[in-house]
Amino acid sequence: MRITCPHCGNRGLEEFTYTQDAERTRPTDGGATPTPEWADYIYLRDNLKGPRKEYWYHSAGCHAWLIVERDVSTHEILSVRLP
Amino acid sequence: MTGFRLAQGGLVDRASPVKFHFDGKAYTGFAGDTLASALLASGVKLVGRSFKYHLPRGVFASGSEEPNALVELRAGAWREPNTRATMAEIFEGLEAASQNRGPSLKYDPLAVNNLLSPFLSAGFYYKTFMWPASFWEKLYEPMIRRAAGLGRNAGLPDPDIYEKTTEFCDVLVIGAGAEGIEAATQAAATGQRVILCDENAPLVPIDLPAGVEFLARTTVFGVYDGGTYAALQRLTDHLPSSNAPRQRLVRIVAGRSVLATGALERPIAFGNNDLPGVMLSRAVGDYVTRYGVAPGRNILLYLNNDDAAGLIPVLHQAGVNIAGVVDARPASSDVVHEAARAANAPVYAGAAIIRATGWQGVSGAKIRLAKGGDLALPCDIIAVSGGFNPNLALTSHFDGKPVWDAAIAAFVPGSLPPCMSVVGKAAGQGLNANIQPVFHSGFFPGKSFLDLQNDVTVKDVKLAEQEGFAAVEHLKRYTTLGMATDQGKTSNVNAIGVLAQTLGKGIGETGTTRFRPPYVPVAIGALAGAHTGKEFKPTRLTPTHEWAAGLGAVFVETGLWLRAQYFPKPGEDWLAAAQREVNAVRNAVGICDVTTLGKIDIQGPDAAIFLERVYTNSWANLPVGKVRYGLMLREDGFVMDDGTTARLGETHFVMTTTTANAARVMQHLEFCAQVIWKELDVSLISVTDQWGQIAVAGPKSAATLAKIVDSPFDLSDEAFPYMACMELTVCGGVPARLFRISFSGERAYELAVPSRQADALARALMQAGAEFGIAPYGTEALGIMRIEKGHPAGPELNGQTSAHDLGMGKLLSKKKEFIGRAMAARPALTAPIRQTLVGLRPVNPQDIIRAGSHLLPVGAPAVAASDQGHVTSAARSPTLGSIALALLENGPARHGETLRVYDPLRGGDFTAIVTHPVHLDPEGHRLHA
Repeated sequence: MRITCPHCGNRGLEEFTYTQDAERTRPTDGGATPTPEWADYIYLRDNLKGPRKEYWYHSAGCHAWLIVERDVSTHEILSVRLP
Repeated sequence: MTGFRLAQGGLVDRASPVKFHFDGKAYTGFAGDTLASALLASGVKLVGRSFKYHLPRGVFASGSEEPNALVELRAGAWREPNTRATMAEIFEGLEAASQNRGPSLKYDPLAVNNLLSPFLSAGFYYKTFMWPASFWEKLYEPMIRRAAGLGRNAGLPDPDIYEKTTEFCDVLVIGAGAEGIEAATQAAATGQRVILCDENAPLVPIDLPAGVEFLARTTVFGVYDGGTYAALQRLTDHLPSSNAPRQRLVRIVAGRSVLATGALERPIAFGNNDLPGVMLSRAVGDYVTRYGVAPGRNILLYLNNDDAAGLIPVLHQAGVNIAGVVDARPASSDVVHEAARAANAPVYAGAAIIRATGWQGVSGAKIRLAKGGDLALPCDIIAVSGGFNPNLALTSHFDGKPVWDAAIAAFVPGSLPPCMSVVGKAAGQGLNANIQPVFHSGFFPGKSFLDLQNDVTVKDVKLAEQEGFAAVEHLKRYTTLGMATDQGKTSNVNAIGVLAQTLGKGIGETGTTRFRPPYVPVAIGALAGAHTGKEFKPTRLTPTHEWAAGLGAVFVETGLWLRAQYFPKPGEDWLAAAQREVNAVRNAVGICDVTTLGKIDIQGPDAAIFLERVYTNSWANLPVGKVRYGLMLREDGFVMDDGTTARLGETHFVMTTTTANAARVMQHLEFCAQVIWKELDVSLISVTDQWGQIAVAGPKSAATLAKIVDSPFDLSDEAFPYMACMELTVCGGVPARLFRISFSGERAYELAVPSRQADALARALMQAGAEFGIAPYGTEALGIMRIEKGHPAGPELNGQTSAHDLGMGKLLSKKKEFIGRAMAARPALTAPIRQTLVGLRPVNPQDIIRAGSHLLPVGAPAVAASDQGHVTSAARSPTLGSIALALLENGPARHGETLRVYDPLRGGDFTAIVTHPVHLDPEGHRLHA
């Protein structure tokens, strides 16, 4: 698989680290209160087929965090952008 | 004439004889020969024994599809089994051996398996070795392992060198036949960068235009996402063993690809069709035209298509007698009749070969004539052609399913991988003229082989169908058809044909299996490349490594780093050395390279706000020139890392992380800066490698440093108190950063200089401290001192501990937002029952607490239900004896309690007293000593 980093260009998979899906929205700070929104954000994943937004880190490159839209059933990269 | 080399013809270099050995016997071939062609030229027909029945086998094909002629090449550690003799180019001194045989190739006692074959039918493992279960391990498995399998592994580490590279091109052309060369030439003409790969070495030079890079002996074996292709380039397999790299794994990134892999011939099954001397018709032609070798002197042709008739004039011109042409088609064809007439060969139209006859090699064939009646024909080779299959394996690596084209009776590529096109015969163009599909001649009741490498017969396929394994994928697994090293290149389509006949269905309906990478067997060594042994991962050396090595340091791996573990003096073991080093620090001064701690430079107008949010404690109020300890949580509220961060300027901080978490923390901070709070104006960069950092610890540390710090920098307690930092110069102008921080609990400093100066700094410090008895110390002494001081480290920051567990609940600010704030407030993370940090001392000073021991109430049985915690870190303090840190249920409330320390793995079982985690100097007086 190859990802086109907006800074570095087209690079091999081994330069990148997948971390988590980018479909969820991080709750805003609501104080020291463990709300259900936080629990959902941290623990729940949908794991759906088809195009998904994911966070990838260009760990062996420019250290940019990227939002990569990837079809998880074909590995086709549909778009890459900075957050 | 004893040999089978033709007087002329072929592309081998007859001026360059090459001597080699097969099964210990000397032979001579020519440069350009493969082992297969050289053996055939020498009249060697028997080259191996089959997998299951140990039947004699000979060369069947002329390329990488060869199922039979598998041999062991080279000797000793270089020995490689299962090499296809058709792909092995000979070189002077090559040693080759037949495999999967008894004491000699000709007499193999395991050929008795052939008589037992009624018991070795499809699914025989599942049926035969069922009970009693205890027999499996003791009897069945060793027996099967001994009898089955192919060649022998060398059993020694692979002595060869392998490489990996990545190549880029606009167009990758796979296959350098006429179609591939044409495609490469056309692409290059439009200015595109082209890589052309071919499995074989060209016997005559190929004329290619500029812009085409030709990789010979290179098999593209896999297609991957994003236009990535895996290829194996055999660099020196055709040369005597040397230190040059043997093979190269080439990752090719291509804009598009052209598959020009041609077609592979398929046989027609008939009785005893595995005898040496039964060969594919095109292979027979290849041996004549490429190598100038006639595999036999009296060749019988068995075909069902016009393509194979091309062999007739080739043999005739080479002066080889044609025993006859058995044409499965009722009327044969004009093409066959004309060619046969010119060669004076009889044509048996509408006939079939019932079986081959002969002992350890073909001596004749029995045929069934169209009008009935049998005929015995003497011959020494049966050249068979059941038609050609487009060589489309790579097209199905992206889940593409080949489709049956009834017009040419062959599977052609279905959906293709992205950006791949298929040309010529690989696409089914110009193939199988006037073919009438026949997969099995059908008149012989005994064994007619489909898969020669895995010994699967027509009967096995029929039996599998009867037993319910009628789907193609089930058939494959039940009979093992197509699962050998040749992946069924010459057998899959025939098996599907036989299955379809048995089911009474069309072949298209019956379906096909998909091919998966690798297209050919690939040595594990090639996949590993240079990443073996110590080179499996990088080794990071501290900037003072040579200095430490010069002092006799013993090193330990911590992640990728090699760190000095201890510096033994003559006669000292690790413990004596580490304890001496601790005493030096506690009583005088010691130095230790702490470069491995992660160092992150943080700058920007919002740097302080950023730290407020990533650390749990307060940072905005930290004055310039001061250092503070910080605690970092994950989003789920558990502790991620800790360390000190110094404020060098209003908008400039330098953070340290633990050695183990350096990369993880960097990634986390980048996420915070780029994703969560991208509105903050802050920049981060890792400077771990840029600054060499040395801890100078002990009551004489200030006195030692004073001798190397340049004036006018002031180290007095008034100017530079505990937790101060400054930028300064040392040793006459070397830029440096000094931090008054302590991991050991002593008065201590950490001094950072540009990495290339760190070695000189270590030597200068040793000289400066000599009068005080300075000693270098390693990670063992560091560990003892941090356990004495109760500082949590890796074993305590294990990803399952909360701030509360580590006694740092007070560091969670109530006044500000920080990562993990919400989830750390979950009641379960502060429940008293949680295992929290305590100290531990044995009741009997003779006992030594070991990390990993479990903590049980005294008198409780040693079962999991009694478990209340475990020892995380243990040390042998020179002043306190055995001490430890532990995580214990409701720990802080239990100081003074006696517990059972239970270590069944290493036989420890004694009692210990729970203490405060800080074993030494809890008031912190020594920091100012």
